[in-house]
Amino acid sequence: MVFSIASFVTQVAILLLLLVLVHKPLGVYLARVFEGKKSTRVERWFYRLAGVDPGTEQSWSIYLRSVLVFSAVSILVVFLLQRLQGVLPGNNSLPGVDPWTAMNTAISFATNTNWQTYTPEATMGVFAQMCLLAVQNFLSAAVGIVVVVALIRGIARTKTDRLGNFWVDLARTSFRVLLPMAALAAIVMVIGGVVQNFWSTEVLNQATGVTQTIPGGPVASQEAIKILGTNGGGYFNANSAHPFENPNVFISLFQVFLILLIPSALPYAYGRMVGDQRQGYTVVGVMGTLWLTSTMLMGWAVASAEGTATAAAGGLGEGFEQRFGAAQSSIFATATTLTSTGAINVAHDSLPPLAGGVAMVNMMLGEVAPGGTGSGLYGLLILAIVSVFIAGLMVGRTPEFLGKKIGPREMKLTAMYILVTPVVVLATAGITVLLPDAMANAPASGPHQFSEVLYAFTSGANNNGSAFGGITTSGPYLSIMMSLAMLLGRYLPIVLVLALAGSLAKQPRIPASSGTVPTHGWLFGSLLLGVTVIMTALSYFPALSLGPLAEGLLK
Amino acid sequence: MNTIPGYLRQAGTALRFLLLATVVLGLIYPLVIFGIGQAVVPFQANGSIVKDAAGRPAASALIAQVSADSAGTQSPLWFHARPSAAKWDPGASTASNLGPNDPKLLDAVKANRAAIAAEEGVKESDVPADAVTASGSGLDPQISVAYARLQVPRVAKAHGLSPEAVQAMVDRRTVTGLEAFLGQPSVNVTELNLDVAAAAPSTAIPSK
Repeated sequence: MVFSIASFVTQVAILLLLLVLVHKPLGVYLARVFEGKKSTRVERWFYRLAGVDPGTEQSWSIYLRSVLVFSAVSILVVFLLQRLQGVLPGNNSLPGVDPWTAMNTAISFATNTNWQTYTPEATMGVFAQMCLLAVQNFLSAAVGIVVVVALIRGIARTKTDRLGNFWVDLARTSFRVLLPMAALAAIVMVIGGVVQNFWSTEVLNQATGVTQTIPGGPVASQEAIKILGTNGGGYFNANSAHPFENPNVFISLFQVFLILLIPSALPYAYGRMVGDQRQGYTVVGVMGTLWLTSTMLMGWAVASAEGTATAAAGGLGEGFEQRFGAAQSSIFATATTLTSTGAINVAHDSLPPLAGGVAMVNMMLGEVAPGGTGSGLYGLLILAIVSVFIAGLMVGRTPEFLGKKIGPREMKLTAMYILVTPVVVLATAGITVLLPDAMANAPASGPHQFSEVLYAFTSGANNNGSAFGGITTSGPYLSIMMSLAMLLGRYLPIVLVLALAGSLAKQPRIPASSGTVPTHGWLFGSLLLGVTVIMTALSYFPALSLGPLAEGLLK
Repeated sequence: MNTIPGYLRQAGTALRFLLLATVVLGLIYPLVIFGIGQAVVPFQANGSIVKDAAGRPAASALIAQVSADSAGTQSPLWFHARPSAAKWDPGASTASNLGPNDPKLLDAVKANRAAIAAEEGVKESDVPADAVTASGSGLDPQISVAYARLQVPRVAKAHGLSPEAVQAMVDRRTVTGLEAFLGQPSVNVTELNLDVAAAAPSTAIPSK
C-alpha cells in the first residue's frame, strides 16, 4: 500500500478549501438558529406535545438539570428497549441484548461516545439501530452543541441568570441544524453507494457456486448523522472501513469533511454571538493549526510503516482498505480522533506504533481541534480561560475574558474541568492494569497491550469511541469501567461548563483597559496553542511513554 | 424548583421529547431517505448487486466474493481477494486488530507470503503487501494492480484463456483517474472474476 504524498497534500488542500468556504455561512446560520426568538408552527406543535414552554428561559442550574434528566431518560429508554429487543418488532430474529452490553451501549450512545462493545451484525436489529442508536446520534450531538451555546450566552450576556431554554435549544439544533444537514449528506452517500434498504439479498455466483447473504439496512441515514454528529458508532462492525458504510475514496473524503464541518463552523457562530468576530477567528485558527500539525504528524507516522509485521509484509496493508490508500486513511484517523467521532476507516490497532500514539494524543488534547460537536468549542474556550489566567499572572492583573472577571470561583471550575478527564483516564486505565483478569481482555503483549487499555479509556473518557480493536470490553468489569469513564468524562465537564456559564452571565462587562490581555490575535493564539499542548503533555506523558512511545522508539 | 416534583416533571418532558424526536429522526427521516434512494438510485441503495447473464443476482460489486475451502484457502481457479479476518463472510465484517509488532501477525504474513509465492511461481519478494495483509473490513473487494498482474498467468491457464485476454480484463477493472490518484490504482476482484467466468463459461464448476 503506497502512501502518496501528492494525494495527501491534495486531500488536505481540498478539505481546507471546503471548510474555509463553508464555515462562514454555516456559522451565521447556526448563530441565527440560537439567537432566533420565533418558533415555527411545527415546532410549536412539538413543544405543546412535549410539554415545553418555549417562552421561558432557564438559570444555569435548571438548564443543567434538563441536560442531566434528558440524558438519564435517554440512557434508561435505550437500555430497556435493547433488553426487550427479542419481543419487539424489527429485531431481525435477534434476542434481547445482554444487560452489560445494553448498559454500555446506552451510555455510550447517549454520551456521544459510541464505543461499541458489541458486534452490530450479531446484536442489533433494524429497530435498535434506527430508532434507538441513530436517534441518540442526533440527540447526543445536539446536547453537546446546546451546552456550548449556553456557555456562549453566559459570555455574551450581562447581569442575568438566564441562559436560554434547553428544550428549545435541543429541538432547534436537532431539527433546524442536524436533520437537514444529515438528510443532504445521506442522499450524497446513497448516490455514492452506501446502502439504504430494509432487506438482505441472496446472491449466487453460478461459476464458482459461492452463495452469499449481502446485508442491508437503513445505513446511509445512520451513517450521515454518525459522521456529521461526530458520533462514530457504525452500522456494521468494521465501521467506515465497511464497503457499505464507505464505498469509495470520494465518500471517505466526504466523511472527513462532514466530521470537521460543524465543529469548525461553531467558532464563527461564537464570534458572531459575542459580537467580536476576531474571537471566533482566533479560536478556529488554533483549531486549524492543531489539526494541520496533527494530520502531518499522522501522515509521517503512517508513512514510516514501522513494525516488524509491517516490515515483513513489505509495507502498510494490515487493517487498511485497498480503495482508500494510506493517505486518505491517515487523514481520516486524525480527523476522527481530534473530534469525538471515533469512526474508523483503518484498524487503528494495526497502525504503526507512533501513528497509534498520535491518535491517542489527539484524544488526550481533549478533542478540541476542532473537537466534537459543541464539546470541541467549550473545551477550547476553557483552555482560553486558562491562558488568560496564565497571562494575567504574568502581567500581574486580575484575568478577564471578554470583559468578564475570572475570579476564584471561575478559576476553580476551569481548573476542575482541566483535571477531570485526565484523572478519569489515568485512574480507570491504572486500576485495570493492576487486574490480571481484566488485562486478559487485551490480547496483545508488552507495550502494545498497555496501549490497548490506555487507548480504550482515553477514548471512553473523551467520548471518542474509536478503539484499538483487539481489546474485548463486553464482560461485566470492563463494561462497567468503560461506562463509568464515559459518564464521568461527559457529564462532569458539562456540569462545570454550565456552572461557569452561570457565573459569567451574572457579571457586568468591564470595559477593556490598557492592562487587559486581548483574547484574539497571533499572540493570544500562540499562548492558547502552547497551553493546550503543555497541559496534555504534563498529564499524559508518563502513560504515553509506557505504551506507544515504548513500542515505537525502542526496537 | 430543585425539588423532587421538579425532576419528575422534567423527566416527563424528557420522555415525551424523546418519543416525538424518535418519530421524526428514527422513523420519518430514514424512511424518506429510503424512498429517495429506492426511487433515484436503487442499484446503490440495495447494495450494488451485479447480475449474471441470466439476470440473477450474482454478487455485490462492493463486497469480496471468494471461493475458498473450509481452511480458508482460496480456489486456484480464480483471482484471489486479500486475506480476511472475517473469512469473507458479509455478515461478520472485522479486521484482525493485531498490532504492528504482533508475533501472530508476523507469522501470518510470512505464511501468506510463502503460500502465494509458491502458488504463483514467483519470488517471495515479488508478493505485494496487500496480498499478505488482512483488510480493515475483511470484505475488501479490491487488490493492488501488482497483485492482480501476479495472478494473471494462473487464472488464464485455469480457464484456457490467453494471458493477454485476462490482462485486458484486469485493465478494464482497474480504477483510474482521480479515484486512483486520491486513493490508489486498484482492481475489483469480485467483478473481475465474473468477467473471467463470462469469458470462459465452459470451465464453470458446479458447487460442491
